[in-house]
Amino acid sequence: MSLRLQARKLACERDDRWLFRDLDLDIHAGEIVRVEGPNGSGKTTLLKILSGQLADFEGELYWNDHPMRRKRQDFLANLLYLGHAPGVKAALTPLENLAWYQALAGEPDAEAARFAALAAMGLAGFEDLPAGQLSAGQQRRVALARLELIPRPLWVLDEPFTAIDRDGVAALEGRLAAHALRGGCVLVTTHHALAESPALRCIRLGQGGDDAAL
Amino acid sequence: MWAFIHKLGSPKWFYAISERLLPWFWVAAAALILVGSVWGLAFAPADYQQGNSFRIIYVHVPAAFLAQSIFVTMAVAGFIFMVWKIKLADMAATVMAPLGAAMTFVALFSGAVWGVPTWGTWWMWDARLTSMLILLFLYFGVIALRGAFSSRDSASRAASLLAMVGVINIPIIKYSVDWWYTLHQPATFSMTSRPAMPMEMWAPLLIMVLGFYCFFIAVTLMRTRSEILRRESSKRWVRELTMEVS
Amino acid sequence: MPLFREPEGGAWVAIRATLKRDLVLMMRRRSEVLNPLVFFALVITLFPIGISPDPELLAVIAPGLLWVAALLAALLSLDSLFRSDFDDGSLEQLLLSPQPLPALALAKVAVHWLLTGLPLALMAPLLGILLSLPSGSYAVLALSLALGSASLSLIGAIGAALTVGLSRGGVLLSLLVLPLYIPVLIFGAGAVQAAILGDGVSAHLAILGALLAVALGLAPWAIAASLRISING
Repeated sequence: MSLRLQARKLACERDDRWLFRDLDLDIHAGEIVRVEGPNGSGKTTLLKILSGQLADFEGELYWNDHPMRRKRQDFLANLLYLGHAPGVKAALTPLENLAWYQALAGEPDAEAARFAALAAMGLAGFEDLPAGQLSAGQQRRVALARLELIPRPLWVLDEPFTAIDRDGVAALEGRLAAHALRGGCVLVTTHHALAESPALRCIRLGQGGDDAAL
Repeated sequence: MWAFIHKLGSPKWFYAISERLLPWFWVAAAALILVGSVWGLAFAPADYQQGNSFRIIYVHVPAAFLAQSIFVTMAVAGFIFMVWKIKLADMAATVMAPLGAAMTFVALFSGAVWGVPTWGTWWMWDARLTSMLILLFLYFGVIALRGAFSSRDSASRAASLLAMVGVINIPIIKYSVDWWYTLHQPATFSMTSRPAMPMEMWAPLLIMVLGFYCFFIAVTLMRTRSEILRRESSKRWVRELTMEVS
Repeated sequence: MPLFREPEGGAWVAIRATLKRDLVLMMRRRSEVLNPLVFFALVITLFPIGISPDPELLAVIAPGLLWVAALLAALLSLDSLFRSDFDDGSLEQLLLSPQPLPALALAKVAVHWLLTGLPLALMAPLLGILLSLPSGSYAVLALSLALGSASLSLIGAIGAALTVGLSRGGVLLSLLVLPLYIPVLIFGAGAVQAAILGDGVSAHLAILGALLAVALGLAPWAIAASLRISING
């Protein structure tokens, strides 16, 4: 299927400072796009804009060559977003957390799929513990289990490697590469250096740094 | 039509046109308020029941009118900002809120002063005064909410939304307070229900109301202009303007 | 696993899942359900101590006291309506789901009412005994509170959604929400007073119902818009 996320003349101003200006992006199926830049350079803001959460920006977004405003529903049905906060309820078990995400995404209510997704993330045996009793890395893995559980071509991941151990990082990196290989598309911010591959592309933020003059 | 609206929404254009309009509204406001208060305070006949104390309506009623109109205007401006993203509308809404709160306070204060000769007390839970008090809290809410956000865009959108929610509620609040008041009707008469006024009484009132509206427009234009300069201080045209002045 | 599957479960599936999730969450944190009830009982205890234990005087002011105390108790629990979802990131996931946000927000408000407004309404007659509420008005008290607190939850959720991103949103929330509560308070307390006086209460309850209908029609959209603003930061 076709997949194209475009941004034209994107600009975002925070506290009278341009985070970025005149940013043109064209993201296709089969790509891993890594957004890099120092802290405070607007990586998270860019990801939030590109995932349709922020309205406070200039420029235009296009989804499959249509203006995003008109295709929002279709875009959301293709998007899997993972933010800074894992979005895992501490009082619910991993299974219950995933069940809600399944229903929210319009997926069939399949317990076997939830078990399989958790097992793939190395959480076998922890399915029925309240997520609050898991370690930070395990909670992050619960959130990452959504990548296994919910089939969405466009992944937007904000610092997905946070709190994950070395084996988990390698597995996740493999998962991103496999997703791109299958025709999916990954947009990711991370401080972790991703392995070189033809699918990988980098966008650097933070050279702008000038004040909002002119 | 669209081009015109967008031109109207451009701060630069508004800044230029408002400069020419502003003196007219100041003159009109001063003249109307002067004529209205002299006529109302000195020449209008005294009320057969309340004597001269009724004359406070020449301040109370215009202030109360304005207090409500400003809230509605603010909500309309908020709606325009939310739907068409015209930032000028939000700038106007920003500067209107404190003025509206001030007018509400004037209406409340004059109502309280009027209460002394009429009811023998500084405060009665009169239907109109109660509604005014609630309106004051609504204004405080909008102002406080706008001040609480760190991002200006979020602050503007939140304040606009709250103003819109408030404006839907104002008639409901007014109706329910009136209903509540008639249920607990005290023996005294209310500010809202009074016998028909003779022309010599309401003509100056009308002039005062018009004068207050002109005053509101003048103040809003003036304060919107300074808000434009503050928010657009990094834009080229504002820089050139300040260069010229200095 | 396929790359993409069209979302097939409709909005109703998502709403049911959200209802279930919030109910389970509240049941696991029982203190949050109990706190407003304890607060309600405590405040009602304060009035006779602060005013007078005279049953005749208390009977006169009981409808208003019960309604005001219940309203404040419901307000107390509002701040947490979206806050934990905001803090742990589930709120942004809720906003990014391909389901209608007003409907999902309504589901959350429904759970809030079910576990706050409804228990308060059921508990109010008990506290009415403490305030010597005249007999014959107990059922109306519970009914008016049940009906009115649903409007309170809906209106309050707008305020909660507007302030969820603010660190000190709690005080601001009461400033935003309390003025909007006044019509509900007037007709709610009015219904109980009418019942005491032996007047018909159907008009009051009808108006409370009408207020609820208006709130049901408009509030979900206002809540959704407010959440979108708050997530902007």
